[in-house]
Amino acid sequence: MDFVVITLLNSVAYGLLLFMLSSGLTLIFSMMGVLNFAHASFYMLGAYFAYQISTWSGFWLGLLLAPLLVGGVGMLVEWHGLRHVRRFGHVAELLFTFGLAIVFEELVPLIWGKASVPYAVPAQLEGALFSLHGAAFPIYKGFMMAMSLGMLAALYGVLTRTRIGLIIQASLTKPDMVEALGHNVPRITMLLFGGGTALAGLAGVIGGNAFVTEPSMAASVGFIVFVIVVVGGLGSLGGAFLASLLIGALQTFSVTLDVTLQQVLTLIGLSLPADTNLARVSLVQLGPVLPYLLMVAILILRPRGLMGVRES
Amino acid sequence: MTSRMLELSGVHAYYGKSHVLHGIDMEVRPGEIVSLLGRNGVGRSTLAKAVMGQVQAEGGIRFQGAEILGRKTYEIARLGIGYVPENREIFADLTVHQNLLLGMKGGATRQGRWTLDDMHQLFPRLRERADTPAGVLSGGEQQMLTLCRTLIGDPDLVIIDEPTEGLAPKVVEQVGQFLQEVKKRGVSILLIEQKLSIALDISERLYLMGHGIIVFSGTPADLKANDAIRKEWLEV
Repeated sequence: MDFVVITLLNSVAYGLLLFMLSSGLTLIFSMMGVLNFAHASFYMLGAYFAYQISTWSGFWLGLLLAPLLVGGVGMLVEWHGLRHVRRFGHVAELLFTFGLAIVFEELVPLIWGKASVPYAVPAQLEGALFSLHGAAFPIYKGFMMAMSLGMLAALYGVLTRTRIGLIIQASLTKPDMVEALGHNVPRITMLLFGGGTALAGLAGVIGGNAFVTEPSMAASVGFIVFVIVVVGGLGSLGGAFLASLLIGALQTFSVTLDVTLQQVLTLIGLSLPADTNLARVSLVQLGPVLPYLLMVAILILRPRGLMGVRES
Repeated sequence: MTSRMLELSGVHAYYGKSHVLHGIDMEVRPGEIVSLLGRNGVGRSTLAKAVMGQVQAEGGIRFQGAEILGRKTYEIARLGIGYVPENREIFADLTVHQNLLLGMKGGATRQGRWTLDDMHQLFPRLRERADTPAGVLSGGEQQMLTLCRTLIGDPDLVIIDEPTEGLAPKVVEQVGQFLQEVKKRGVSILLIEQKLSIALDISERLYLMGHGIIVFSGTPADLKANDAIRKEWLEV
C-alpha cells in the first residue's frame, strides 16, 4: 500500500510536470491552430539556461530568470519568424517549427557540449520529504508538485480573473472578432506564445535537474507531450490536464511494477503461449510504448480525444 | 470635421484568388443610415471586411478623412469603426456580461455615448441573463448582444451585416427601432441587408450591389420608383 502511495505521488509529480509543458502547447494550438513542434526545445532551453545561471548565481536565480529568458526567445520567434510564415498556411508553420526544433538541437551541443551537464538539485531541496516503511518521497518531487500546482493556479487566475485572460479566452475561438473589437490580437498572440514557451522553460528548469539535462532531452519528452495533447483532445486544457496525469501514472507505474505482460493478461483472463518472447516481456520494457498504444487506441475509439472539441 | 464619415473610391477586394469587388465608390455621411443591398454572394460582406482590413484590398478607403486601407483591423476599430459581422460571432462559452466587457476598448479616456446601464435599460434581458453563457441565448437575444457589444466600444460608424437574418418579424421590428436609437446618438450606420422593407424604412440613402459593383444609388423613394432595378438586382 505504501509503495502504491509513493508511486502515485511520483506519478502525480511527473504528470503535473507534463501538464506544464502540454498546457503551453495547448494554448498556442488553440489560438494559432498550429502544433508547435519546437515546444519541447523550449523545455530543453529552460534546463540549459537554468544550469548556466546556476553556475554563476545558484539555482534560485535560474528558477526566476530562465523561464523569462525562454519566454523572451519564444516571443522573438513568434514576432520575427512564425507570424511571417503564417500567411503561407499551416503546413509552412509546421515546417518552420520543425526546422526550429532541429536548429535548437544542433545549437545546444555547440554551446554546452554533447554530453549531459551537471545541473543538480540544490542542496536545500535534497533528501526525503517523508518515508513510508522505507519508501522515501524526495523533497524535490514535492517542490516540483508545489511549483506545478502554483503554476496551474496562476494560469487559471490569469485566464479567468483578468481582462487579458478574457481577451485570450475569446481569441482562442474567434481571434478576428476580438481584433474587430479593437484589441491588439497580434500582440496577444505574441504574449501567449511567449507565455506558453515560458511554461515549457519552467518545466525544463525543474525537470532538468530531476532527470538529465542533455541535448536529447527535447526529443525524449517532445513525443510524449504530443501524445498528451492528442489523448486529451487538441485545444482542450482540461483534456491536457487529465491526459498528463494519466500518462504520468502510466509511465511511472509501468517502470516500478515488477510484473510481466503474461501476468497482466492473466488478470483479465487471457494468456500468451509460454514459450514466446512476448510472454516474458516485462511491464518495464513495455513502459515506453504504452503512451503510444494509448494514443492509437484513443485515435481509433475517440478521435477528438478525451475532452477535445476539434476534429483535426 | 470632414463631411464624409466613410468614403470608398475605386475599391477592389480579393478573397484568396477570387476578385470580388471591382471598383466600388460609395460614402456614408455623419449621422446617416446608409443601406447596402443586394443578393447573396454579390460581395456585400467582402466590402465590410475590406473596410475592416480583414481581406486584401486596393483603392482608397478613408474614415473621417484619414486613409485606413492597409491598417490593421484593431487600429481601424480603435479609430472608431464598429463591426457587427453576419454570423454575429458571439463568444458562446463566455457569459453575456463578459461578451459586453470585451466590447469595451482598453485605455478609453473619454466617456462614450453608451454605458452598460444604457444597454441594460434598452435590453433588460441582457441584465437578467448577465451570467448566462451567451451560446444559450435565442437568436434575437444574440443579435442584441452583438450590437450592444460593438456599441459599448463607442464607435462613430457601425457596419452591421444582416442583423435581421433568421429573426422573427417582431424582433426585426425591434432591431429597426434600436438602429434608429443608435442614429439619434450621432452614430452613422452602414447597414448591409437583404430585406428591402427595413432598409427602405430607416435609411437615408441606399446602394445596390450586383457582381462586385454598385448598380444603383439613391434614396429609398428613388428605389421604390425604379421597378426595373429592383426586379433585376433584388427580387428572386
